[in-house]
Amino acid sequence: MKSNFQLIWAAGAMMVILSACGSKDNSAETANDATKLKGEIKIDGSSTVYPITEAVAEEFRNEQPDVKITVGLSGTGGGFKKFGRGEIDINDASRPIKPQEDSICKQNNVGFVELKVAFDGLAIVVSKENTWLNEITIEELKKIWEPAAQRKVTKWNQVNPKWPNEEFRLYGAGVASGTYDYFTEAVVGKSGASRGDYTASEDDNVLVQGVSGDKNGLAFFGLAYYEENKERLKLVPVNNGSGAVLPTAETVKNGTYAPLSRPVFIYVTEAAARRKDVNAFVNFYLQTAAELVPDVGYIALPQEEYRAQLAKFQDFAGAKQ
Amino acid sequence: MKKTSEKIIEVLLASSGFITILTTIGIIWVLISESWGFFAEVPLGKFLFDTQWTPLFSDKHYGILPLLTGTFLTTAIALLTALPLGIVIAVYLSEYADKKVRKALKPALEILAAVPTVVYGFFALTVVTPFLQTFIPGLSTFNALSAGIVMGIMIIPVISSLSEDALFAVPKSLREASYGMGATKFQTAFSVVVPAASSGILVSIILGIARAVGETMVVAIAAGQQPNLTLDPREGVETITAYIVQVSLGDVQHDSMEYKTIFAAGITLFLFTFLLNNVSYWIKKKYQERYE
Repeated sequence: MKSNFQLIWAAGAMMVILSACGSKDNSAETANDATKLKGEIKIDGSSTVYPITEAVAEEFRNEQPDVKITVGLSGTGGGFKKFGRGEIDINDASRPIKPQEDSICKQNNVGFVELKVAFDGLAIVVSKENTWLNEITIEELKKIWEPAAQRKVTKWNQVNPKWPNEEFRLYGAGVASGTYDYFTEAVVGKSGASRGDYTASEDDNVLVQGVSGDKNGLAFFGLAYYEENKERLKLVPVNNGSGAVLPTAETVKNGTYAPLSRPVFIYVTEAAARRKDVNAFVNFYLQTAAELVPDVGYIALPQEEYRAQLAKFQDFAGAKQ
Repeated sequence: MKKTSEKIIEVLLASSGFITILTTIGIIWVLISESWGFFAEVPLGKFLFDTQWTPLFSDKHYGILPLLTGTFLTTAIALLTALPLGIVIAVYLSEYADKKVRKALKPALEILAAVPTVVYGFFALTVVTPFLQTFIPGLSTFNALSAGIVMGIMIIPVISSLSEDALFAVPKSLREASYGMGATKFQTAFSVVVPAASSGILVSIILGIARAVGETMVVAIAAGQQPNLTLDPREGVETITAYIVQVSLGDVQHDSMEYKTIFAAGITLFLFTFLLNNVSYWIKKKYQERYE
């Protein structure tokens, strides 16, 4: 028992030291608001953006332990619903806000600012046991996922005669997810149009679990979840007509991994931006993103882009104060 | 004075009884009123006979069959697992085990009923499924088989505990008469005591079925979330309960069609468990006092 306590103490001490190292270079920048803040910041939205926000929130807790931050993951659309009702302060979004969501915000007098925080690629993955799928075209993806394929296209060789005569099983983001909207728009051509007979979940870990143990599985989800589970999954290069491209930091950033790469955002309400705790958190977010984003498997924006986003936020918050 | 206090207590007791009845009526009312809007848009024939259930997607179908087969498939697998084991355990505890063993074993068995179902779900997904995959080729990660087996383990205590009570209640004289005729212990247990306790055993089985039909976490985690019209236990299926959880966890707008589907699925489930409860009540009543 005693040694257990010692272990916990040692681990705690290590974490303090590590976090001190991690945030050293920002301490100068945030020194001006070094006063202890108190408050509760409610964040919800995309499960794709969740790892970034959660990482930033963890770092932020070291600086401001009295600010309570909760990060939910009910999907971009689910988050925007709460956002439009003013129930949350910040929404994580893996796509820009839709016109009807925007008009709900207007109706309820919820002003907001959109801030770009990272790039993400949509990964097409299969199980490690799949030895024959070495590239896939956007055309083939469309054949598999379009609404007309429902219960009709069920075998690999119906998509490409070179592929085996076996039934495939599909795993993908659920309809409340921004990833779903983005994928259907990029692949099928219409946002929200897809077949319905696949395993749909807003929780990417369910999809990872599903496809990793399924020889005939095919899944799509954010690149970061592939990075986290590399040893269990196989990434499939996507061919958009100009050669097969693997999603990497390079190809996502320079746009060659098209059309399956995209920017991800956070949305901050006007009322929240006025609050000291939220203001400090968003500043901290944009200052540390360049360093934290690659850690959790996403692709950071260029440094000047973060500065521009920070200026945009400060303008917004300043004008409202 | 005494009379008024008596009256107050009587009213209090009666009203606490009425609360449960009112709750049941409230639930039935909500189920009916909310699914009313659903059946106004979807004809009953489509609901019962369409073979696809895709209310969340662009090509919408509202056939409950895939959810029903999913529910029945997992329940049937659970029963195939729990029935033989549960009854053998009950016979052992009541006829063979001596007092000490019985005292230790019974509570140990009931611990199975105390394990949270979410734990059973992850047990199915991360232990049972990979194990089954080593010798069943083509077993999907989410499948009815492993969810059903684990659900069976979960309802063993329901069946064994209630059956054991029924076996134990069989009068000693029957056993003695059987021994007197020269029957062995095994013959006595399975040819005399089990048939004599059959009504209690039947009730335990029906309660086990009701538990399996209504079980949610295990199937939501391990059986998958894809409505699938199949009786192949190697495939992933979605049960009625898993669908309700899936939709409730996402974001559906109040009063939208997606929202109403939850209640249509809910009322179907309710009808089944209601029916099972009534059958078990009826059996109990009909055969209860046979040996007294």
